[in-house]
Amino acid sequence: MLILKNLSKTFNQETPLENKVIDSLSLKVEHKDFITLLGSNGAGKSTLLNLIAGTLDVDEGEIILDTLDLTSMKAYKRANLIGRVHQDPRLSVSPNMTLLENLSLADAKGQSFSLRRAVDMKRAGFYKEQLETLGLGLESKLNTKIGLLSGGQRQAVALFMAIMKKPKVLLLDEHTAALDPRTSEIIMGVTDRLIRENEITTLMVTHNMNHALSFGNRLLMMHEGKVVEDLKGNDKVSLTTKDVITMFRKNADTIEDRMVLGL
Amino acid sequence: MNILINILEQGMLFAVLVMGIYITYKIMDFADLSVDGTYPLGAAVCAILILKGMNPWTATLAAALAASLGGFITGLIHTKLSINGLMAGILVMFGLYSVNLRVMGKSNIPLFNERSIFDIYAVTVFGQDLSTLLLLTTLVVILKILYELFFRTKTGFFLKAVGDNEEILTSLGADSHKIKILGLMLANFLAGLSGALTAQYQGFSDVGMGTGSAVTALAAVIIGFSLLRKFNVTMSGIAISGAVLYKGILVIVLRFGLDPNDFKLATAVAVILAMGFTSGAFRRKRKHVRKQKPSEGGEVYADSKELVKNL
Repeated sequence: MLILKNLSKTFNQETPLENKVIDSLSLKVEHKDFITLLGSNGAGKSTLLNLIAGTLDVDEGEIILDTLDLTSMKAYKRANLIGRVHQDPRLSVSPNMTLLENLSLADAKGQSFSLRRAVDMKRAGFYKEQLETLGLGLESKLNTKIGLLSGGQRQAVALFMAIMKKPKVLLLDEHTAALDPRTSEIIMGVTDRLIRENEITTLMVTHNMNHALSFGNRLLMMHEGKVVEDLKGNDKVSLTTKDVITMFRKNADTIEDRMVLGL
Repeated sequence: MNILINILEQGMLFAVLVMGIYITYKIMDFADLSVDGTYPLGAAVCAILILKGMNPWTATLAAALAASLGGFITGLIHTKLSINGLMAGILVMFGLYSVNLRVMGKSNIPLFNERSIFDIYAVTVFGQDLSTLLLLTTLVVILKILYELFFRTKTGFFLKAVGDNEEILTSLGADSHKIKILGLMLANFLAGLSGALTAQYQGFSDVGMGTGSAVTALAAVIIGFSLLRKFNVTMSGIAISGAVLYKGILVIVLRFGLDPNDFKLATAVAVILAMGFTSGAFRRKRKHVRKQKPSEGGEVYADSKELVKNL
């Protein structure tokens, strides 16, 4: 269970550009929750993920995972508990290393000072088997540099790498936004399956309304650093696009075309 | 024959330094100039310890460790104080000049009458003593094997990832600061080792012997890389052959009458040209449009007075 207590984050504090991005936000994420996070630009969605991952420090508040206080834990240490996939396919992989080397890196997570062999050929069979289930033809590309793969393939690898060591929490920051619609659907399908199989608590930021509605068991809407809507269970299941648009109108006055169009 | 042996000996000495630069420049994508200070630091520490009567092998190792400390400081001020990597290296190199003078007590220490690791049985082939070359080659081969083994370990993989995508280290649960510091320590260890070996080889340690060592080693990396990248050569293989080729080119151009004072300018120009070529800036844009003979259709048809169905 991930608990956020009264989180606040202000950028450019005490300057004319002061901007309160997260405003005393509290949230309780249950084990195995798959939360889709909606909100207009500047609502604080990505900042929230950065605070949870530790790449940004919180100004106020606490972050607690199960019984562990993460608030002042360094980002690289939190990485053993929290997996993450970024929007930019280049950010989550090492482009000049081969697919096999990247997967071995993911397997070496948390063991950066070890003189053991990085590539374990015994694992190659497992990698291949797993990659085959993605259905993107990656199983035959173990010795290809990741930089030469397509954006969709790279995101699939990034996702696979992020959950390789079974993190307790997975953060997805618009991880399909840079892909074409068809690949985006494939990656979403893979995401959903991997999350279910590995029973990982997930927070997914998305601008795609269809994804927000059809995936996950809980939907949050953020506005000006606060959670303004929180729907779960049957409320989430019965939600329609129309309802979400009404929610946006009510809270943010604005709605982006790409959300409605599902881009 | 004598010249060839000389080139190979100096190439092997240089190769140790070039392997170090390969780590920072090629693998970590970090232009580390502190080697200009740690290379003579290795020479200075080794010289002074040998003078004090220490076993030359121990002195060499101690010198390399002292030099790796220089890399540690560069890494520390780069990561913890957020000073630009290039600047961190320059500052350490600058400061080490004084340290080197302090260590040596004067600007030049002769070692001609002292013991060195090269005091071994002569191996004479065709009237040439090959013992020095054999010893150096053995050392370089051992280093090469360790080097390649290291870059296959988990830590080695993380070091490679630093230069490729620093962001990924955090998500892999690795402290990028520590990894960077480790890489700089390794690189400067090799630079100091090269300095210590060179001091014993040439029979003196001089405070000015490090000037330009980063750039010349970089030149060697670039030579090795541009000539060998198409073949399946290991990283250390590229560094070693680059080093030997560089020394070879040096001897040849000096033989052809290049003023030794001009050599640094020549090296700088060569590095600029080589880097320009690898970046593709000098590549001529190939024109894809070929002159075509007018074919049927277009104007030919448009000017035709015939009926369309007859065309």
